[in-house]
Amino acid sequence: MLISLFTGMVLGLQSYHALTTFGAEGAVGTLVALSLIREMGPVLSAIMITARAGSAIAAEIGIQRISEQIDALHTMRIDPLRHVVSPRVAAAIISFPLLTTVFDLVGMVGGYISSVLLLGLNHGVYINSIQASVDLKDITDGLIKSVVFAVIVVTVCCYQGYFAHMRKDSHGAKAVGMATTSAVVISCVLILVSDYVVTSLLI
Amino acid sequence: MTTPLIEFRDVTKCFGNRTVLEGVNLKIYEGEITTIIGLSGAGKSVLLKHIIGLLKPDRGTIFFRGKPIAHMQKQEIKEFFSKMSYMFQGNALFDSLTVYENIALPLVETTNLKKDKIHRRVMARVKQTELTEAIHKYPSELSGGMQKRAALARALVTDPQIVLFDEPTTGQDPVRKNAILSMIAQYQKKFGFTAIMVSHEIPDVYFISNRVLALYDRKIVFQGTPEELEEFDHPFNDEVISSLESLQKELTGLYSRRQFKILNSAHLKRKRSAEPYAIVVFTLVDMNFIIANLGSDLAYDALQRMCTYIDKHFGVIGGLSARFSTSEIVTMLPHSDLEEAQNILDDFIKDFEGEGIESFWNWIKANKWETIAEPVTFTIVAGVAEGTPVTKIENAIDLAKANQKEIWSAKVCRQGVNV
Repeated sequence: MLISLFTGMVLGLQSYHALTTFGAEGAVGTLVALSLIREMGPVLSAIMITARAGSAIAAEIGIQRISEQIDALHTMRIDPLRHVVSPRVAAAIISFPLLTTVFDLVGMVGGYISSVLLLGLNHGVYINSIQASVDLKDITDGLIKSVVFAVIVVTVCCYQGYFAHMRKDSHGAKAVGMATTSAVVISCVLILVSDYVVTSLLI
Repeated sequence: MTTPLIEFRDVTKCFGNRTVLEGVNLKIYEGEITTIIGLSGAGKSVLLKHIIGLLKPDRGTIFFRGKPIAHMQKQEIKEFFSKMSYMFQGNALFDSLTVYENIALPLVETTNLKKDKIHRRVMARVKQTELTEAIHKYPSELSGGMQKRAALARALVTDPQIVLFDEPTTGQDPVRKNAILSMIAQYQKKFGFTAIMVSHEIPDVYFISNRVLALYDRKIVFQGTPEELEEFDHPFNDEVISSLESLQKELTGLYSRRQFKILNSAHLKRKRSAEPYAIVVFTLVDMNFIIANLGSDLAYDALQRMCTYIDKHFGVIGGLSARFSTSEIVTMLPHSDLEEAQNILDDFIKDFEGEGIESFWNWIKANKWETIAEPVTFTIVAGVAEGTPVTKIENAIDLAKANQKEIWSAKVCRQGVNV
């Protein structure tokens, strides 16, 4: 919430100052809303969820692996993929778009605070420019991205945790730590790479 | 000859450049308790994990009922594994679930049983493993011994046909250790499952095992009955068994059956052939009935006290004592004849009634046994016999058993104890 609020505020602040040079401060709302909905919302919320929940997923599954809990599931004929991985995939696919939406909305409020309340832009101009410029495709594109990120993040984090015992560089608790680190790093890189690919396909 | 349930042929397993198992051949038969013994790090757990399919051999074949597993249909393999249950050395309890949820998990996830039926089955196991007070706790809140028992309960809750125990008794006190082994033995008799166990508890595992496999230097070097293992002439016996046995002697004060035999023959060699020695056999009567009514803790505590006391009394006059089965203790008096042995035994009985078991009975008396259905009698019988160096010691033991008379008896009933 705080991050999205300040992202929106910074966006409002920067675009207001840049656009006044051209006398186009009426487009602040458009710029804030479109950059949030199309790019900043899905990407930043995905990175934040990776940092918070993705690392937790990798660590949790990693510990289950090294303490033989996953082997125990095997011996009880409970499919570990079904029991450990699939609920997390489902949860990610539901929660990523929802959190992205919240991020977008709070970000736009942030933009309003900086440009309208602090810098004195007209209230109607801000709201109206958002209404006029955002269409349904922007929203669906943003949500599609967030679903793609969800699948990437949850797959990478689960994989890293699940195979923590196979790491060549470390064993035991250290392997769990390394697995968590790799999960977050690989997820973040893949979010940005796939963002470029998905954007180029959608545009 | 019957087809073995599980057979390994030339199974080899390497981790990196370390070979853990090399050309392992073994047979495990249905309805038996098979114990795998070996030093730590010898690859016992790896062997068990091959049986349950967690690890696959690099070379060699594993047969189930004479069929190589590689040629079995997926469905067939699944069905076979569904009859198996595994108790991990490190327990592998789910730390985010309570003890109750842990034990119920295999039933909840793999069966369609109703909630109340699951509850009944889980609670039955919980009661048997004495975990009733811990069911709502998380594994991390339990002691190591309790965690082990929770893992045992989870392994048995599905009533499996084949159970693999990876060191089920490590971390338990001597009383509970015996209780767990006897629980495995009792279940085995009751449900007829096949148990494959990794254990260091020599000689206790001998009493319940039908077969023993010895893993030494990456190979199975011995397969056979515990009695045969005692005769087995191999560096394994010197290194592994002896070291475990001497530890056992430190802990309980009693010799193992094998040590007992060796010491006996050493003693007897020094004697002239006509010079007799005496054998006394003590038995706690109807141990299973006591366990069933009062719980195994109490029964084994009583037995343990009996062992300690016998060893204390006879040890000072040069007697050697050994546990021959769960409830039987054999003492050899190398320098006594029948008459002298009888006198020593009479002294022992007086002593025993005096202070021997007093603290134990005081503790029992303090409890009111309102839950027991019928009175439970603790009876100790003892018999004396004479042997000579030319006759077999087994004959003397049998003779002593035939001569057994009641030396002491006490009854535990709802109101307390009558001695």
